[in-house]
Amino acid sequence: MSRVVVAGYGPTAHRFVEALRERGFGGRITVIGEEPRPAYDRVALTSYLTGASLADLTYEVPEGVETLLGTRVTGIDRQARTVTTAGGATVPYDVLVLATGSAPFVPPVPGAEHAHVYRTIDDLDAIREASDGAAEGVVVGGGLLGLEAADALRGLGLRTHIVEMSPWLMPRQVDEGGGAVLKGHIEGLGLSVHAGAGVQEIVTDAEGRVTGLRKPDGTLLDAQIVVFSAGIRPRDELARAAGIDVGERGGVVVDAGMRTSDPAVYAIGECALAGGQVYGLVGPCNTMAEVAADRVLGGTAVFEGADLSTKLKLLGVEVAQFGAMSGALDVTYMDPVGGVYKRLFISDDARTLLGGICVGDAAPYATLRPFVGKPLPAAPADLLFTGTGAADLDLPDEAQVCSCNNVSAGAVRAAVADKGVTDVPGIKACTRAGTTCGSCVPMLKQLLERSGVELSKALCEHFTYSRAELFDIIRVRGVTTFSELIAHHGTGRGCDICKPTVASILASLHNGHVLEGERAALQDTNDAYLANIQKNGTYSVVPRIPGGEITPDKLIVIGEVARDFGLYTKITGGQRIDLFGARVEQLPQIWKRLVDAGFESGHAYGKALRTVKSCVGSTWCRYGVQDSVGLAIALELRYRGLRAPHKLKSAVSGCARECAEARSKDFGIIATEQGWNLYVGGNGGFKPRHADLFASDLSTEELVRTIDRFLMYYIRTADRLQRTAAWIESIEGGLDHVRDVIVNDSLGLCAELDAQMAHHVTTYEDEWRATIEDPEKLSRFVSFVNAPGVPDPSIVFERERDQIKPMVVTP
Amino acid sequence: MTMTLPATWTTVCDYHALLPERGVCALVGGEQVAVFRTFDGAVHAIGNLDPFSGAHVLSRGIVGTRGGEPTVASPLHKQVFSLVTGACLDEPGAAVPTYPARVVDGRVEVAARAALPEQDGPVHASGRSLVDAP
Ligand SMILES: Cc1cc2nc3c(=O)[nH]c(=O)nc-3n(C[C@H](O)[C@H](O)[C@H](O)COP(=O)(O)OP(=O)(O)OC[C@H]3O[C@@H](n4cnc5c(N)ncnc54)[C@H](O)[C@@H]3O)c2cc1C
Ligand code: SF4
Repeated sequence: MSRVVVAGYGPTAHRFVEALRERGFGGRITVIGEEPRPAYDRVALTSYLTGASLADLTYEVPEGVETLLGTRVTGIDRQARTVTTAGGATVPYDVLVLATGSAPFVPPVPGAEHAHVYRTIDDLDAIREASDGAAEGVVVGGGLLGLEAADALRGLGLRTHIVEMSPWLMPRQVDEGGGAVLKGHIEGLGLSVHAGAGVQEIVTDAEGRVTGLRKPDGTLLDAQIVVFSAGIRPRDELARAAGIDVGERGGVVVDAGMRTSDPAVYAIGECALAGGQVYGLVGPCNTMAEVAADRVLGGTAVFEGADLSTKLKLLGVEVAQFGAMSGALDVTYMDPVGGVYKRLFISDDARTLLGGICVGDAAPYATLRPFVGKPLPAAPADLLFTGTGAADLDLPDEAQVCSCNNVSAGAVRAAVADKGVTDVPGIKACTRAGTTCGSCVPMLKQLLERSGVELSKALCEHFTYSRAELFDIIRVRGVTTFSELIAHHGTGRGCDICKPTVASILASLHNGHVLEGERAALQDTNDAYLANIQKNGTYSVVPRIPGGEITPDKLIVIGEVARDFGLYTKITGGQRIDLFGARVEQLPQIWKRLVDAGFESGHAYGKALRTVKSCVGSTWCRYGVQDSVGLAIALELRYRGLRAPHKLKSAVSGCARECAEARSKDFGIIATEQGWNLYVGGNGGFKPRHADLFASDLSTEELVRTIDRFLMYYIRTADRLQRTAAWIESIEGGLDHVRDVIVNDSLGLCAELDAQMAHHVTTYEDEWRATIEDPEKLSRFVSFVNAPGVPDPSIVFERERDQIKPMVVTP
Repeated sequence: MTMTLPATWTTVCDYHALLPERGVCALVGGEQVAVFRTFDGAVHAIGNLDPFSGAHVLSRGIVGTRGGEPTVASPLHKQVFSLVTGACLDEPGAAVPTYPARVVDGRVEVAARAALPEQDGPVHASGRSLVDAP
């Protein structure tokens, strides 16, 4: 297999190597990147200044891809097919891919060397450092990136000016009318806009410190930081020096297959000049990466140019532009008071939609963009208000729905029709639509709703309701038994799907013993025997070890119990100890010993809180900033026994080094100097996912309240077996909605959620202690009802590494 | 209906000891038999061996109905078996043996039978005779 070398490790390079791997490329892949870290989400760069960590933004290096980081490629030897690096290394290639992106353009004005740019993590670190002690800043450039940079300066507490050459802001996305409305919004936020102005010089003091920026008319803007964001230039210097064709105004010339004038060299992303155009948006860059990956593997994919439509939210203002920015006819809506401007361009026969501009309300964007070049789907005046529910439109199959990943309405419909997809996460997994900027998710929902698929939410043949609906029925009607529920709201006598679900809801709402009365018959075998069934019908036993902290004496008890009952012992990933091989009739005896020694159920068998892992934190670790163990224990004790739609895991790390792996948990906490950051929606397992930042720098009290509500809202509204990540993804409005409900109490639910959690905490009792104290419950822990003393003869063990192991009986 | 049964009835437990919709395991003629009391009060007996996993666990499964037929789901991999015929309703072809079961004087009795799967005709749990006792 051949060796592919990629120069540059930005988002495009990342997408390219991912695509190569996904398509089964088996050769060697080496990525050489000048930045000292793997690729990260540049689109979300600004969030680095507002709380996101580097880890939040960084992409995972795909398996099997070699990287040389902090290494600049300095030359290409096309004859020898090698590249050389700044460190003097020579790396051979069969296929070379240039993904070197672009560099900010810095106009050659006096003092420009003292200005900053806004493109990389390092740039942001430098800006952050320089902002210390600064009061004012200027951003040169009022385009998309300039406004982002201005927002960042404002966020750092600076009085911020924006200097833009053109007569209005964002000249590439909006026209003069839109620019005026946009300016109103931005000035309303306290930024000053100097449109139609250039730069004479950057003024510095004797020590070379920036003191201001002089405009050509002589006026001086006081500033201690100047950031240039006045356009980008493709980084084509490697190609240029190697004699590969570059465009007159920059960019490595490529054909429709992303190949340069040297057939062994491809160029993709912002450094490429495709069809005479350089693309500065992730969508087209991703498409180029996919095309190149296909070509390297012998495919025939082509890059057909891309739609430069954009929709963004800058400084809280929605701005969108799609299709053409002019036309024979137009309809315009302008509301200077509300700060809304919308304009559609239409062909001279008033039949075809050519494009549009939105400022202040971009709702029509998602619906109308796919109609560009197509007959008007409704009266023009109505179209100005699409997306607000006023006009309903059916998209043609070929209409592009997701521009980041180039997915058409037809492809989404096909996923629904042929692959049986029934929800947005399914569409995302199947087509990638909606996975990048997310602005097309409302469209995906609409396509689903109109696809005619009956989205059955019935739990099983016995209930036509979803879990969340059953939860409400049980809560509102005060139902306390399964029999009552199924008699009035279901049919038949239930099954292994609805019974445990109802058991879990009853447990979440009323607490009480899971083996009490009729509830005993609802439980899965694990809950019924308060232990985890294993392949040979024996059970494993997991006592709770809150936060993973345990005294030597208790450790000894566990060891003695395991030895006396001949159990296999293993330390789990959740910082506790699992004892395997217990027969049903041994469980009460084992637990008697454990309970007497002060242990209680670890609920490893339940869809419930499992563990809150912790690192040693500030008590021992020299880096720790908070007591992570103390918090983990408190949280584990607070939520122990809480039944949920799926198991729940948590962890607490004592500092940003994250030794407890909190971000792989349903709710994870990472200590900060000021308090705690809460992350939600992470999990390991089949489809690992990092948790997202939910709230930062919380006090312990705020943290606990937030988690209380998060968990209760999840328990109330999630589907059966839906983990927190999938739940958040399935909710309309996603994480923002959840935050709104929990932090801003947008549904007025918080008092109820708080009360429910308080009920759980005060009524909690240890299930195992209650069981061994109740002869009636104990009587079920027998091997044979007519021979309780006889152990099940079919359970046999052999030995391996000095412990027992089930003997495999083939059925 | 009564079948010609080669084996004798074994008393396994008090009817009271059976919780509705929860099973127990009994040793009947050296075989492990899962005995269930369904919601309507009937008793059913099937083999305790889960043919999919090779573990003797069916008595610990969840009891329910499928289209009206009483069932139990294997606690290991959730395949559902009819309590009436022993047939696996998820995997055609698979089945577990059924045993006649009845309630006499408040006691549950199961008939041990050798070579059960070879019985001709569908094997009925004659114990569907509704409970006369308690
Ligand atoms: C603040 C900001 C906000 C943005 N917002 C949006 C948005 O909302 N929507 C949108 O569509 N786009 C947005 N973009 C643009 C988007 O980030 C780019 O389109 C995307 O990053 C292009 O990826 P790339 O990999 O082609 O280039 P780059 O991201 O520039 O990556 C190229 C990498 O190659 C490295 N490199 C260059 N030369 C060499 C060499 N000789 N040897 C080794 N390494 C080298 C560079 O250091 C860099 O790491 C934004 C960009 C910025 C800066
Ligand atoms: S996360 Fe921080 S405090 Fe905890 S062990 Fe690691 S370095 Fe120490």
